[in-house]
Amino acid sequence: MFAVFIKEINSFLNSLIAYIVIAVFLTTIGLLMWVFPESSILEYGYADMSTLFNLGPYVFMFLIPAITMRFFAEEKRTGTNELLFTRPMTAIDIIMGKYLAGFVLVVLSVLPTLLYFYSVYQLGKPVGNLDISGTVGSYIGLLLLGGVFVSIGVFASAITDNQVVAFVVAVFLSFVLYSGLESLAAIDIWGASALILQQLSIVFHYGALSRGLIDMSDIVYFLSVIGVMLLLTKLVLDARKWS
Amino acid sequence: MSIVVENLTKIYGQQRAVSDISFTVNKGEILGFLGPNGAGKSTTMKIATGYLIPDAGQVIVAGEDIVQQTRAAQRKIGYLPEHNPLYLDMYVHEFLQFSARTYQMSKPTARIAEVIEQCGLTREQNKKLGQLSKGYRQRVGLAHALLHEPEVLILDEPTTGLDPNQILEIRKLIKEVSRDKTVIFSSHIMQEVQALCDRVVLINKGEIIANQSIADFSKGLQTEAVLRVEFKQAIDVSVLEGLDVLTKVTHQQDGHYKVHAANSEEARSAIFKLAAEQNLPLVGLQEEGDSLEDIFHQLTQES
Repeated sequence: MFAVFIKEINSFLNSLIAYIVIAVFLTTIGLLMWVFPESSILEYGYADMSTLFNLGPYVFMFLIPAITMRFFAEEKRTGTNELLFTRPMTAIDIIMGKYLAGFVLVVLSVLPTLLYFYSVYQLGKPVGNLDISGTVGSYIGLLLLGGVFVSIGVFASAITDNQVVAFVVAVFLSFVLYSGLESLAAIDIWGASALILQQLSIVFHYGALSRGLIDMSDIVYFLSVIGVMLLLTKLVLDARKWS
Repeated sequence: MSIVVENLTKIYGQQRAVSDISFTVNKGEILGFLGPNGAGKSTTMKIATGYLIPDAGQVIVAGEDIVQQTRAAQRKIGYLPEHNPLYLDMYVHEFLQFSARTYQMSKPTARIAEVIEQCGLTREQNKKLGQLSKGYRQRVGLAHALLHEPEVLILDEPTTGLDPNQILEIRKLIKEVSRDKTVIFSSHIMQEVQALCDRVVLINKGEIIANQSIADFSKGLQTEAVLRVEFKQAIDVSVLEGLDVLTKVTHQQDGHYKVHAANSEEARSAIFKLAAEQNLPLVGLQEEGDSLEDIFHQLTQES
């Protein structure tokens, strides 16, 4: 796991992907939070971070698939997966190595937004007039959401040897799971099962966390989605042995 | 016995890629795994390295069953896959360090320097893999296969796509590094197998056609010499047919003839004498390429 993790991190750093992802994320969020009049905190006049937490998921929805799309797709295309799978490592080692590398990149891009948090904190009148618990909950939610998107990206990358396909599938699955299910639930045909559909969507649990209420069931939801995605990835990768 | 392959079968859809093959490789032996493209060589090797799972049968590498104890077996195998896939954006050192980590080697630095030296990569060691020529990439492939000092080396067509000089260098390298290892080496080139291996397994369409020591294999092949004879003008075929030492004569075009004989030397001197006596201008006399290739062709076409 460690070997693959180091390899992926090095590859992010050497190929500039890491810097580009972090720069694009911070620039986009920065523009939305401070510059664009429709969403700027300065125009809005209230000291809160909701712009980051409402729009961040949509930025991640495109950025994360862009960093995960090469994970397995490229190895398959160049044949290097044969190198990986003939070493004394389990499929789980390989998947976790790649997953963690992707997740670390997400964490690294979220981390500098603490500077935005500090700015908003200072701008409040009086200073510090900000919903701290809600912000902490939102940060936890954003990281968990990033974790889910990375796991979706890893899975999408494992099912194809084409990076574009991996990207598109990952964006689509992320979108459906994030808010698509909830929007579907709004159609008036589900009856009582509408609630189940709603509870399956990320936005339901993400919203709960951002109110500053850290409920175990929400955490479990995020972790289970990650677990299921990585397990599906393992199934897909193991299937090659029997083909 | 270092490698035991028993009743191995692999089916892709409708096609039997490998069909019930069995062979063993003794410790310290170099086995040539010979066959045309698509014969099932790579499939067998992929199963032996744990990349694929067989539909039936088993492979035991250095005492470990590759399906049951995959990790333990993989630790003892050095594998150079066909086409030698590498991470082209990595540096030579970086790649070998990555390799060392995948084998959980504790202090790899000294060993890495050793294989770099052994594989003749000293001058290229600070380059990116993508910048290296094919021959050097192949050396990197060998270096990473050797890195963890495996008991068994599995090399899938290590010389394909190289130029003649590189082929000789890589062969020499393989010969050197395999002194105390068990090696399976696949190829579709006969001379290569002859030059390197102790024993040959010839495989075609997923089945074993021959499994012999290299000496027996070559002996069985050299049944007849084929000569190309060229006269300045076309001559009467019956003149050549009149020579007892020749078993068969065919006229090809103009002054070109193809003759078969049991003994090449006798045949050549007889033809030369004939030409001198009858005053026929002989412009060419050549022993045809490799009867090895012919037999290979025959064996793999018939079945």
